[in-house]
Amino acid sequence: MPKYILTINKKQHRIEADSDVPLVWVLRDYVGLKGTKFGCGIASCGACTIHLNGNPVRSCQLKISTVPATAQITTIEGIGEQVLHNVQQAWLELQVPQCGYCQSGQIMSAVALLRKKPNPIDKDIDTAMAGNLCRCGTYERIRQAIYRAAKMEAEVVTRDK
Amino acid sequence: MLAESPKTNRRDFIKTSGLATLGLLIGLDAKANLLNLSSDNAAALPVEINPFILIGADNTITIINPRPCMGQGTIQSVPAMIAEELEVDMENVTIIQSDGKSKYGAQTSGNSSSIRRLWLPLRKAGAATKEMLIEAASGKWSIAPTQCYAENAKVFRKDNGQSFTYGELVEAASKLSVPQEPVLKQKNEFKILGKPAKRFDLDDRVTGKAVYGLDIDVPGMVYAAILHSPMIFGKLVSIDDSEVIKIPGVIKTIPCERTMIYTTTDSVAVIASNWWAASKGRSALKVAWDKNGLDTTLDNKEYMSRCYTAAKKDGIRFEEFNDFQSKFETSQSKLDLTYETPFLSHVPIEPETATAHVKEDGSVEIWAPLQGPGETLEEIARYLNISTEKVKIHVALMGGSFGRKAYMDFIKEACFLSNKLKIPVKVIWTRDDDIRQGPYRPALLSHMQGFVEDGKIKGFHHHMIGESILGQVFKGLADDKADPWIGEESSPNNNKYIFTEAHKVSWTNVKTVIPIMWWRSVNASNIGWGQECFIDELAHLAGKDPLQARLDILEDERFRKVLATLAEKTNYHQKLPQGSGRGIAITRAFGTIVACCITATKSGNGVKLDSVVSVIDCGIYVNADTVKAQTEGNIIMGITAAIKPGIVFNKGVCAQNNYNNYPILRINETPKIEVYIIENAEAPGGVGEAGLPPVAPALGNAIFATTGIRKRNLPIDITNLTA
Repeated sequence: MPKYILTINKKQHRIEADSDVPLVWVLRDYVGLKGTKFGCGIASCGACTIHLNGNPVRSCQLKISTVPATAQITTIEGIGEQVLHNVQQAWLELQVPQCGYCQSGQIMSAVALLRKKPNPIDKDIDTAMAGNLCRCGTYERIRQAIYRAAKMEAEVVTRDK
Repeated sequence: MLAESPKTNRRDFIKTSGLATLGLLIGLDAKANLLNLSSDNAAALPVEINPFILIGADNTITIINPRPCMGQGTIQSVPAMIAEELEVDMENVTIIQSDGKSKYGAQTSGNSSSIRRLWLPLRKAGAATKEMLIEAASGKWSIAPTQCYAENAKVFRKDNGQSFTYGELVEAASKLSVPQEPVLKQKNEFKILGKPAKRFDLDDRVTGKAVYGLDIDVPGMVYAAILHSPMIFGKLVSIDDSEVIKIPGVIKTIPCERTMIYTTTDSVAVIASNWWAASKGRSALKVAWDKNGLDTTLDNKEYMSRCYTAAKKDGIRFEEFNDFQSKFETSQSKLDLTYETPFLSHVPIEPETATAHVKEDGSVEIWAPLQGPGETLEEIARYLNISTEKVKIHVALMGGSFGRKAYMDFIKEACFLSNKLKIPVKVIWTRDDDIRQGPYRPALLSHMQGFVEDGKIKGFHHHMIGESILGQVFKGLADDKADPWIGEESSPNNNKYIFTEAHKVSWTNVKTVIPIMWWRSVNASNIGWGQECFIDELAHLAGKDPLQARLDILEDERFRKVLATLAEKTNYHQKLPQGSGRGIAITRAFGTIVACCITATKSGNGVKLDSVVSVIDCGIYVNADTVKAQTEGNIIMGITAAIKPGIVFNKGVCAQNNYNNYPILRINETPKIEVYIIENAEAPGGVGEAGLPPVAPALGNAIFATTGIRKRNLPIDITNLTA
């Protein structure tokens, strides 16, 4: 069985797996990071969203063999490891999750959005978040929480100046 | 860091557990009589008792939550009812999910019943315990109980402020008899109930730490991917697994069975050391199925055409006031129309999954996202032909359910396979399985007849037509009887409309083999579509504004207040700009009244949805924020049900298999949403589902107001509207 090295949440992992195992299952069943969820397997629901070199990707579409050892993989477990990320804080403030199953993916998409666009407008949120489904229907709160997180971010920047 | 806060640590205690700790244990018997279950009594418990409160001598307070959480927050709102009367702070309580044992009584989260059914019994359990603790304290101080009061897990004496912790009193209290009619607090005395509270279980749901059914990891477990018949009930003819067993990680293939409530179907499981290998193996299986005529019987169009045929005939009468037909025939101003709703899938983002370990001694342990641990325990005991004592249930968090995970087919599959292998087996369905195998919300047809006189709706007949859950699934509906569940919900007894000339509720059972089941709000979503669109059409026939036309036939003060509030919050009487329109609807389900107003604007060949405002009267409630959240969710699910495709069968096979061809609403399609709660002290109603039924008809009525196009069949493609 082929051997791979993956850099996940800044830690290196040696993994023996078939070359075609999608990253979502590598993370969940080989590395034991179960915060990344499986929902559809065709990049249609976004539950498996992670960051690859800072960009949000659907990990159900990434075969392990296509991910270089140098690529930085970040999962929900790597967001706010020491202190909760502003997005997570905002999610709690606005009580976004209902069942919460999709929220790992939602949060990963939101974190990536705010990194690119610290002051998003509705359209930016639509574009960045349209790939993440929520069957409980928390979209309105997700939108408000992204604005809240952006504001928290801006407050920190202002304070630091 | 929040993740290290005591709150999160406390969350770790939400788990099933044996209650071995010594302490005071108060429970209820089947008739909701309070029982002292502590010490000696515990050994001699009758079978049906639900012990909910455990106070340790070390002052640890544990509350058992008998209603699993699928996102609606019962893990907190149910224990809150006990904590309120017990006078303990939710911050200092450990919550344990019940494990299905019959002593906890009915444990299914469903029928929007968790708060409304447990409102009195659980508060009584809390209050009785508090009274016993007060009595124990008064004994120690040799003063009257009236000279003491309880607060924050302590009993204080009024004269000098001295106190005992509950833990210090628990031994003495456990020897006292349980007061049967403890004094309950009034609404104005509540400290927890009715106050907005943050859900402490959300901490883990934003950090990836929450353990859902899919995340269960049992040492030594293997994975199963299961190939079900594409035609759901197809008989297995042959299996060729020659390509399957070459896949690294695959252990073996096993002919399997899917046990639904009323039938069992064939399937083939691929067992592997990891799920990806199992799913690859599933794809490599070559299986022949006997169609068994299913290519013609599993057909939603054929079923619906029989519904339309039935609409031309009289149904079975459920109830009637005056002779509707004779009044209708002679009426000068009347409508006779049909409204159609499609089959729908639940599609929770977490697919069906269960882990089971049937051991050599015949006992079984189950870890699964399930709505009803009690029902599951009994059902699995029956299924495996073992005693209930040999079944141990661990309730995992549900990654959405909406009714689906009360159906135990996927749990039984894990049990079936583990029974063969005697090692832990984790079954994970694919999205394909989830959408193609059902069960679904039934498609139903509403045949509506009504008439107006003097500008008022005076006659109304709702004839519901289609397959019955009670009939198909539970085999509980005689051919000459109207479905009572549907009848009651369609009745003016429920919707409170007063039709002064005549009304009628009738039913025709059109059968289908397409498997159906409860889906969020059950039949209320089908009934609401026909009822509220038709009321709108009759209002226009009467030349009345749709809101006024409803007020004209509603005397019930709660309904009227909900509508008045909706009008106020939406500036209903203010004219909208050209090209925009409003639609409203009001329904009552699970004891809760919800009215919805949708505003739409013309866009291209269709409309875009601008805003949705819902007003909910659920009576007294536990947590305003979860009431709002549930209603917001119901709005989204209701819009999806109205404008996204229904389930379609093509030659016996469900034509959809994933979110790309069975889409649900996305954030970029979501209008602005507002929810308002009516404050009153009425008995609590259900919250998890009641917000859904008025959404689709409000939308249909908004489309008419905006474009003049009347849509009577769901789903509606709102981007391309034609009459």
